[in-house]
Amino acid sequence: MVTLESSEIWDLLNSIPDPEVPAISIVELGVVRDVRITDSNVEVDITPTYSGCPALKSMEEQIRAKLLLVGLTPIIKTIYKPAWTTDWMSDETKEKLRAYGIAPPEKLSFENLHPFANNDKGPVACPFCSSTDTSLTSRFGSTACKALHFCNGCRQPFEQFKCH
Amino acid sequence: MMTDLNKALIDFCLRIADNSLIHAQRISEWTGHGPILEEDIAMSNVALDLIGQSRGFYTYAAQIEGDGKTEDFYAFRRGEREFRNKLMVEQPDNKDFGFTMMKLFLNGCFDYLMFRDLMKSTDETISGLAAKSIKEVTYHVRHAGDWIVRLGDGTEESHQRIQNSLNELWPYTNELFEQDSVDALLISNGIAFDKEKFRDEWTKMVHEIFAKATLPVPENNTYSPTGGLKGIHSEHLGYLLAEMQYLPRTYPDAVW
Ligand SMILES: [Zn+2]
Repeated sequence: MVTLESSEIWDLLNSIPDPEVPAISIVELGVVRDVRITDSNVEVDITPTYSGCPALKSMEEQIRAKLLLVGLTPIIKTIYKPAWTTDWMSDETKEKLRAYGIAPPEKLSFENLHPFANNDKGPVACPFCSSTDTSLTSRFGSTACKALHFCNGCRQPFEQFKCH
Repeated sequence: MMTDLNKALIDFCLRIADNSLIHAQRISEWTGHGPILEEDIAMSNVALDLIGQSRGFYTYAAQIEGDGKTEDFYAFRRGEREFRNKLMVEQPDNKDFGFTMMKLFLNGCFDYLMFRDLMKSTDETISGLAAKSIKEVTYHVRHAGDWIVRLGDGTEESHQRIQNSLNELWPYTNELFEQDSVDALLISNGIAFDKEKFRDEWTKMVHEIFAKATLPVPENNTYSPTGGLKGIHSEHLGYLLAEMQYLPRTYPDAVW
């Protein structure tokens, strides 16, 4: 018998930090898609950010551990549809990223979806000094979800959470 | 008793998964050996994406087969005659960065168009996996395409070497479009789509980048390696599998 409300379960999950970017939670990241309470249990749907995201397993384990504390053994399902997008992040979440030192993703545009599309939205603003005198160093950063930039204003490298 | 349609669906998933996995294994050989740190990281990330894509399709195949198999069985417990990847992806890169980018580009343009179709599949899992994969593939093609332009339109040596990669890999591109009765059955059920229908678009895509890279495209010749659909491979796959499967074959029950 599950005695918790669905909103309480969402709150519990929202207290689990993203293992790679602990400034935001796995709910804010958009990985938790649905929580369903059944007669005897709770089902949680999660979706990977990137297909090969190595953090997904750790997120699953943390969900399990967190819900076990309130006596629940959830059934966790990985779903692929709809595909995860950074557009699910709220402005508040993006601001948390910026305060943490990671430039947040821009809004995904339709033109973005073709490999040869000109998706140049201009330089990304530096999360440290807000300068837009920045350049892309590498499309691939320390994790699948980030790219590497350099700020000519404060002469510092910084990461951007890629628009995806 | 498994229906013919389910059998075909398993084959179809394994073909996509095998191709991505073997491609990923080749790319991952660069980890720790990239020409510059940024590209080392980039190739590790690309390999991870491709492994992730293969896991999705293996898991679905295992679910349909339903006899307790897992994704690991397909990746680690099958021999080379059972792998269904295209011959292009198993070719060794010989530490030539341009060769790796050329392969990523030629195969990536194909995957992009294939996944774009599969997003409309009547099979919900296939369309979901396609919608997921296409975003990553788009990013890979963009990255590899930029490098081809940079190398082709670069120095005399970089131009010559990327041209050599194109010449060497071009004959393998015919096999990308091969299809058989497995595809036919799925096409008639709206699960898959005719690859011939996007062949012109693929040709246009790759020609666009090669023109920018000042690379003449080789003449279509009669030499066209084939065999992936039947599990008949070049000598290179066996060596690749020996390395990739060593641990689970030697210690079958090893866990992290
Ligand atoms: Zn700055």
